[in-house]
Amino acid sequence: MSQDLIVGIAGANGDGVSRRTVLKLVAVVALGAAVGVGASAGITHWGRTAPPPYRFFSEAEAKLLIAICEQIIPRDDTSGATDAGVIYYIDRQISGPLARHQQSYRLGLASFRKTCLQVYKTPFEELAFEQQTDALRLIEEGNAPNDLWGDPSQKAFFDLVLDHTRQGFYGSPRHGGNRDYASYRMLGLAYPNLIGQNRYANGRPI
Amino acid sequence: MSLKRVNAVVVGAGAGGGVVAKELSEAGLSVVLLERGGWPNFEAHDHDELISQRVTVLGNAFGPDDRRHRRVVSNGNGGWRVVVPSDGAYNNNAACVGSGTVSYGAMAWRFMEKDFKLRTTYRSVAGSTLEDWPITYQDLAPFYEKAEWEIGVAGETGADPFAAPRRQPYPMPPFPHNQEGLVLEKAAQELGLHPFPIPMLRNSVPYRGRPACIKCRYCVGFACEVNAKCGTHNTVIPAALATGNCQVRTESVVSEVVIDDRGRACGVRYFDAENRLQYQTADLVVVSASATETARLLLNSQSKLFPNGAGNRHDWVGRNLQGHAYTGAFGLFEEDRYDDVGAGATIAICDYNHGNPGMVGGGMLANEFIRLPYLFSGIRPPGAASWGRDHKEFQRKYFRRCVRVVGPVQEMPVFEARVEVDPVVKDDWGIPVARISGSRHPNDIEVGNFLAAKAEAWLKKAGAFQTWQTGAGRGVSGGQHQAGTCRMGNDPKTSVTNPHGQVHDIDNLFIADGSLHVTNGGFNPALTIMALGYWVSDYIKRGWKGSRFRS
Ligand SMILES: Cc1cc2nc3c(=O)[nH]c(=O)nc-3n(C[C@H](O)[C@H](O)[C@H](O)COP(=O)(O)OP(=O)(O)OC[C@H]3O[C@@H](n4cnc5c(N)ncnc54)[C@H](O)[C@@H]3O)c2cc1C
Repeated sequence: MSQDLIVGIAGANGDGVSRRTVLKLVAVVALGAAVGVGASAGITHWGRTAPPPYRFFSEAEAKLLIAICEQIIPRDDTSGATDAGVIYYIDRQISGPLARHQQSYRLGLASFRKTCLQVYKTPFEELAFEQQTDALRLIEEGNAPNDLWGDPSQKAFFDLVLDHTRQGFYGSPRHGGNRDYASYRMLGLAYPNLIGQNRYANGRPI
Repeated sequence: MSLKRVNAVVVGAGAGGGVVAKELSEAGLSVVLLERGGWPNFEAHDHDELISQRVTVLGNAFGPDDRRHRRVVSNGNGGWRVVVPSDGAYNNNAACVGSGTVSYGAMAWRFMEKDFKLRTTYRSVAGSTLEDWPITYQDLAPFYEKAEWEIGVAGETGADPFAAPRRQPYPMPPFPHNQEGLVLEKAAQELGLHPFPIPMLRNSVPYRGRPACIKCRYCVGFACEVNAKCGTHNTVIPAALATGNCQVRTESVVSEVVIDDRGRACGVRYFDAENRLQYQTADLVVVSASATETARLLLNSQSKLFPNGAGNRHDWVGRNLQGHAYTGAFGLFEEDRYDDVGAGATIAICDYNHGNPGMVGGGMLANEFIRLPYLFSGIRPPGAASWGRDHKEFQRKYFRRCVRVVGPVQEMPVFEARVEVDPVVKDDWGIPVARISGSRHPNDIEVGNFLAAKAEAWLKKAGAFQTWQTGAGRGVSGGQHQAGTCRMGNDPKTSVTNPHGQVHDIDNLFIADGSLHVTNGGFNPALTIMALGYWVSDYIKRGWKGSRFRS
């Protein structure tokens, strides 16, 4: 059964999967099951162990997407999207409940890569931070060469990644993102949230 | 083959159905309560924002699931779209024992006297099927009281000067204001408004065997981890079970009310947890499946005398779908205003529910229940950055310095805003799904804009240095406050049930949920739906002849 799953993942991966990756995926499948149990108890986080490889994305796709997410929520005094493992949120969810977006990611990332090569003659990941910001704005506003984009449109793709990045960064850590409660710490939210107080006097709550 | 006959079968274990199951089983009737979902479980989803009943990007915590359920919604230009429950357009409430009362914010409103008499108060409104309820506030008041005491409400008696008269105080003292509430209270008083603590279906002190609220603020969208929130799942439904006369069958999806050739309800067909089709016969049937699903079930129940669906002789089933347009404003403050302290929303005003110059109706205004990190990432003043350093900085800086005031607009019923059954699309059990279309009345937008401006003025007075309004669109109504699709009335030609929830022409078929609402108040509707559950049950009990309901 796990064999089928691996074929499925490899088949969906346009860049092909090396034997080594396949072996790693076997580990993820096993780990995924264990994490699932942990998740329902509300204690999932990757902690200091090595981050797992991807279920859906190729290494190249992941590198590009990580750079885009980091633009959306950059590191400053506090963690950004990369530190918080937003990529693992997206990767895990589009291999599950958000599977309907797989095609948009595959095609959108390819169009995105081509856009940067054509406009900047450089892969997005290698652009300086400020240039990356300009490039992303170009796509957000729909001003990149349109012949490089089909379905999803540049704007639709941007909106999709924007929303998923926010979910992965600000949502519960149990879904693969918000590693080490990065956003909760930034916002001063206790997690698991502290049980409130239960005080009352003379029959009235205080 | 049919299952052992019972006196009453109730479809749906939510706000209305839970109450009916208790009332009938306590009166000695044998009752089967059928619920398509399961028992709620806090641990399964904890305080997980992304799978809650507030944010559903990864699914609904308390159902229904995306795998087996779907609906069809109009896209507004003559086209249709199939949607799953995690899509906002699905218009979901919930699906589990307790339904919305498990994950609701638990505001406990009695409608005002005028809310039952909108037609008399405002006369007719062009483009609306606006009508008075066939019952008055005074008719329902004893049943509101019963709901407040049996299910449990904390509130300050007499604090809202616009509230209708009441006989008994609230059973529990009110929740004190949190920081936001205190600031807003002072500002409202300065504006000459009449702020008061919101009545809540939540234990402020230990009540009826359950503990007091721990003020964690995670009410809306989540189950209560200490069981201090009062829903039907932890009050009336356990009471029904305790009689020994009631059986709850979960994971039971009702597909049809069976009506014989003489026009009497014989029982219901449903798919059990193993997806086997069962036939439960009964002396009477009560449908409490919520405004969308009750209409769908009636329309799917075709018989010789009612070929277009039960109660649908005059094409009123599924009509007048209402909900609440929510409008209001956000304000930014120089200092922290958000303190993670429940009871979340604590303060409200009813100054703008009626009597607004040149306008029909209005709505209550209150502060927001909770601030959730992902939801807040989508909340920005016009022109603010939606990503990058500035967006993150805003999130960090204003997460606790932002206050929202918002409220439900009393909507004008529109005949073309409706639930039908889709001719093609079926759910996982092969049952034709609900199809939703129509749009809000222009009055709702006008009143919504008016309320938003009032909310903004309130926030300014409270010291907000920047404010912005949030309005409502014309889109399809319904959603978590869905109501109105099987209106009660005196005239069978312009309503689906009589004033007691008895379906016209089918004496032993009743409705007890939000579908009965003629209009939906400028308030969250659950307490009214619970009161209607008691009201309908009272009528059934009075007509019960020991073996059957009088014809
Ligand atoms: C997040 C949230 C916050 C809310 N906050 C408030 C609030 O603060 N105050 C307030 O007053 N209201 C609030 N509400 C709304 C309130 O929960 C609803 O108005 C109320 O539950 C509706 O009652 P009902 O009886 O009409 O339907 P429901 O309570 O939805 O009950 C219908 C039940 O029928 C079941 N059912 C449907 N079809 C079938 C079928 N074919 N077979 C078997 N079972 C079926 C459903 O699964 C459901 O359990 C909130 C709701 C939500 C989700």
